[in-house]
Amino acid sequence: MSRLVDLTLAKALEGLGRREFSAVELTKAYLAEMSAARPLNAYVLETPEQALAMAQRSDEKLARGEGGPLEGAPLGVKDLFCTKGVRTTAASRILGEFTPPYESTITSQLWRDGAVMLGKLNMDEFAMGSSNETSAFGPVVNPWRSRNSNRALSPGGSSGGSAAAVSARIALGATATDTGGSIRQPASLTGTVGVKPTYGRCSRWGVVAFASSLDQAGPIARTVEDAALLLRSMSGHDAKDSTSLPVEVPDFSASLGRSPKGLRIGVPKEYRIDGMPPEIERLWSDGIAWLKDAGCEVVDVSLPHTRYALPAYYIIAPAEASSNLARYDGMRYGLRAEGATLRQVYESSRAEGFGDEVKRRVMIGAYVLSAGYYDAYYLKAQKVRRRIADDFSSAFETVDALLTPTAPSAAFALGEAKADPVAMYLNDIFTVTVNLAGLPAISLPGGLDAEGLPLGLQLIGRPLNEETLFTLARTMEQAAGFEAQAERWW
Amino acid sequence: MSLDPEAVRKVASLAHLEIPESRLASLADELSGILAWIEQLDEVDTDKVEPMTSAVAASLPMREDRVTDGGDAAAVLANAPAVREGFFVVPKVVE
Repeated sequence: MSRLVDLTLAKALEGLGRREFSAVELTKAYLAEMSAARPLNAYVLETPEQALAMAQRSDEKLARGEGGPLEGAPLGVKDLFCTKGVRTTAASRILGEFTPPYESTITSQLWRDGAVMLGKLNMDEFAMGSSNETSAFGPVVNPWRSRNSNRALSPGGSSGGSAAAVSARIALGATATDTGGSIRQPASLTGTVGVKPTYGRCSRWGVVAFASSLDQAGPIARTVEDAALLLRSMSGHDAKDSTSLPVEVPDFSASLGRSPKGLRIGVPKEYRIDGMPPEIERLWSDGIAWLKDAGCEVVDVSLPHTRYALPAYYIIAPAEASSNLARYDGMRYGLRAEGATLRQVYESSRAEGFGDEVKRRVMIGAYVLSAGYYDAYYLKAQKVRRRIADDFSSAFETVDALLTPTAPSAAFALGEAKADPVAMYLNDIFTVTVNLAGLPAISLPGGLDAEGLPLGLQLIGRPLNEETLFTLARTMEQAAGFEAQAERWW
Repeated sequence: MSLDPEAVRKVASLAHLEIPESRLASLADELSGILAWIEQLDEVDTDKVEPMTSAVAASLPMREDRVTDGGDAAAVLANAPAVREGFFVVPKVVE
């Protein structure tokens, strides 16, 4: 008999519904795996007592036949989501032992639907990073290793803890957030499925803000079906977030069985970059073949401003971050350092509390917004952003979705890219365009490279058309037959 | 545009960040590297392009002007580094 933690979310919910095992049993299985997997550093806080109490309540509800759509499912929560009474740090020293007196909308919806919280997951500090190395708690280690090597690899970032936990089966699913690729890139590097929904699909209320016009939460899951189940509970209009869209939440699972026949898929030629590993090229061709076999029409499209997306992002995101992070001043919560004057208290609290990458971005942001530079940088970037969004609008006049690789490489060694900030930024080259345009996208594992490491493919859709993405992703998942798992070394 | 250590000192002050003298020169290099890379945006023709300020073309909703929250002083103060008689205690503000 397979272990309980090997079940997908869909299978686990079935088993719970039929009372084949209890939510407490399932939660205990996860808690045991979590303690064994501490070398991964995926969790920054485990909440076993809360998990067991929630599982107990789930069992009572299931016994009464009142189980919710996720009743008894043990999930991990990225430490960017405020959780009532449970320390929330954004993986930054500046938040210290901050314990929110309120619950984020998304997590409250997950608990409403019966999910169980296992703990809070590690991440890059304030979600700024693509390798998890900017975390104040130290990096997450990718459960995957290259063949014949013990070298520690990065799980990607910023949702590295979420991706590693789902991949290593120490969470059945996880919440994550994506500002420039932070759900999709780690999903690609860990062989998991990650969905970045349309901007406004999921409430940002109670999620620690990084760049508000780009931030969007979504799930990381083991399968496309699991991702659809999680996204349904996470989505929905919220009056507390003024950018939350007042639209109905579709039953994403219903789109899984639909035929993709006749859908037109665009392949953007600008995503074929110099120095891309041949294995990623090959996987991309495989993806095209899978969709053709399923009856899709695949056409070349052009998104001419693609190469300007990252530089535009590195103006807009730091500008918004410098403004959002101005609130951390040591007065009302978090770290307060010593200083002779009020200003010195501010400056030393922020100097002690923020890590190097956060400081760099806050300074870039302050610079591009400062008098004399605003037009040259910030306004210019917003205009380039419009051109990038227009590229997508034109493409979507003739195609239903776009297919690209998710990341320019497989998992890389921890420490490898740390020295050069711009080299690290290039990790998001295929994902960041989607955030600028506010579009939905999904990353799913397509295969392994020669080293035995997972590689992901990305599907990008029209605004609010996650359903087509789920249909296509499910088709590709079946064609890929990706069954590989990280070999357990922890 | 490249930043010299003096410019870094100014930006750090705008951002309320204390930066040790010894770090100014290396930060100037790092930030200049990022800015030089960003400047490829100058190649893009943006004449007559409206800046994009929002990811979705939705107007901000209005709501009735009424109190929906509040009365939770204890919760608001719960994470404060210093509290006295229902107030945040902060360093001296006025000399």
